[in-house]
Amino acid sequence: MNLHEYQAKDLFREYDLPVPTGQLAENAEQAAQAFSELGGERWVVKAQVHAGGRGKAGGVRLVSGTKAATEFAQSLLGTRLVTFQTDAVGQPINQVLIETPCNIARELYLGAVIDRALGCVVFMASTEGGMDIEEVAKNNPEKLLTVAIDPLVGLQPFQCRQLAFALELKADQIKQFTRILLSLAKMFVEKDLSLMEINPLVVTQEDQLLCVDAKINIDDNALYRQKTLAAQRDTSQEDARELEAREWELSYISLDGDIGCMVNGAGLAMATMDLIKLHDGSPANFLDVGGTATKERVTEAFKIILSDENVKAVLVNIFGGIVRCDLIAEGIIGAVEEVGVDVPVIVRLEGNNAEKGLDILKQSGLSIITAKGLDEAAELAVETLKGASS
Amino acid sequence: MSVLIDKNTRLICQGFTGKQGTFHSEQAIAYGTNMVGGVTPGKGGQRHLNVPVFDTVAGAVDETGADASVIYVPAAFCKDAILEAVDAGIALIVCITEGIPTLDMLQVRKCVQASGVRLIGPNCPGIITPGECKIGIMPGHIHLPGRVGIVSRSGTLTYEAVKQTTDLGMGQSTCIGIGGDPLPGMNFVDCLELFENDQDTDAILMVGEIGGTAEESAAQYIKDNVTKPVVAYIAGVTAPKGKRMGHAGAIISGGKGTADEKFVALEYAGVKTTHSPTEMGVVLKALMGV
Repeated sequence: MNLHEYQAKDLFREYDLPVPTGQLAENAEQAAQAFSELGGERWVVKAQVHAGGRGKAGGVRLVSGTKAATEFAQSLLGTRLVTFQTDAVGQPINQVLIETPCNIARELYLGAVIDRALGCVVFMASTEGGMDIEEVAKNNPEKLLTVAIDPLVGLQPFQCRQLAFALELKADQIKQFTRILLSLAKMFVEKDLSLMEINPLVVTQEDQLLCVDAKINIDDNALYRQKTLAAQRDTSQEDARELEAREWELSYISLDGDIGCMVNGAGLAMATMDLIKLHDGSPANFLDVGGTATKERVTEAFKIILSDENVKAVLVNIFGGIVRCDLIAEGIIGAVEEVGVDVPVIVRLEGNNAEKGLDILKQSGLSIITAKGLDEAAELAVETLKGASS
Repeated sequence: MSVLIDKNTRLICQGFTGKQGTFHSEQAIAYGTNMVGGVTPGKGGQRHLNVPVFDTVAGAVDETGADASVIYVPAAFCKDAILEAVDAGIALIVCITEGIPTLDMLQVRKCVQASGVRLIGPNCPGIITPGECKIGIMPGHIHLPGRVGIVSRSGTLTYEAVKQTTDLGMGQSTCIGIGGDPLPGMNFVDCLELFENDQDTDAILMVGEIGGTAEESAAQYIKDNVTKPVVAYIAGVTAPKGKRMGHAGAIISGGKGTADEKFVALEYAGVKTTHSPTEMGVVLKALMGV
């Protein structure tokens, strides 16, 4: 789960991390009030969306004078921001964060991720702040400094100093940096983060370190014990169908093809998509209906798949395993009847009682096409579409 | 022989009297697995499925001589359950549960590694040596005793691979589902090493997916150490970047972890790959020349 920048900075404040003074605004009046209460003549106005690349996309600007500032805030609010990380529609801007600018001497990068290969949290720092860090990692890997944190011991001050000296920080800056890093490491563990990024971490002309941006992802598996953070979820930033699917504990990702897929198991669901592609078709979605493909779940899955108007056929691929395929067949029939599916449905059942399941489907009187194997199912799905369009 | 488990494996179940623990333990016993007991704190002294229930794993080990444990407890309690099994001296821990917080797994893995215990999973179907011992949620009936070792990050996709090798009459020595989490216990390399050294395994079928670099590490290991024929399939060629495809670990992040990169790494290592999930069995059979 992602946090907005303003939410991440609220969390930073809880850990005494230095962030700019700022206020959140949802409309022009609140923006005007923020400019007046923050004081001064210049402010940074930042669109709050779940996507990187906001600056380049015009979602962040340094503005002078109340009139121009209010106009800019108003021009963002209620629109959508398209960045290199979003789709063509972009993310809705419902809030802007308005902050007091600082006098920048240096821009550094500071981030933390869970390194799968090393099996620990890794802190990364670079003198190339403000840049796309993936580009730095690719083109100048020597400029990305890292320290690995032992999960049982935690981050140690000497590791902070290692990074601080490598970043060529001086005197009191080193102390500030160490304090920031130790607090971040504490926050990372206490709040079950999966990613944290400060880009840039600014050294001001007054020798103060300041977290000018803040990005946080929280481990979805840990949300049950991070209730305060979980409550901050902004569903307006998420795909409506993916959201609906999650309500039913279905795992759904929309793609841009025309063959809807319903599969049990994540690996098999990906494999089914790949197989459709191998047969020159194009999958409309990833959907893992889970280990227990009950009628209720299958019904909801059909609803979600069919809410994508690009879907011209649905391929159901279930490996029954311990679950009986005749029960799954009845679930599919019930779902097709309830939802009123009007596109061809191709079903492949495998495993326990598969033959019986396929017989039930054939005798249902519904326009369900049964397939003997997975290859045949994918072929039939692609053929059905070709037949329909010719 | 086979790897890790056989008919002599003495299995207990943590979360034994719960719904999942009960259902899958019944299935395991019906398959012929030597289940010697179970653990549910507070229910020690009772009997369940005709075997004794214990309050603690240590108590179960003392009384039954258990050397393997399968865990079905909810995700929030898995760290505790795994560490309890480690502490009790269980040699093989299989954690089926999905949804364990990543930071819990960071600590668990450290402890598991330090103690020399083997952990399979979490978020996995388990491990089976056909005809001898079934630990996990896989359907026993699709398996056939044979000489192909299967290792996979997926559940139902593993069943697909199993069924293909069964239908072709090859069968399996042992099948290990290492699970779909970003921080699994045993990884591909651990399993490949076991299969390479197992006299009863002639060939290896490896099923990977997008996310992480476990397949790339496996490719390097195969190039340097594996003499037996290996066939690999990687799921997720059509998966979009930055989206988690069901499994917590199946995500292409920062442009890393694509199926194409993994195919290239494996092919460079001399592994026979297939891009079709329906041809894993036939490709392996052709490679073995049987």
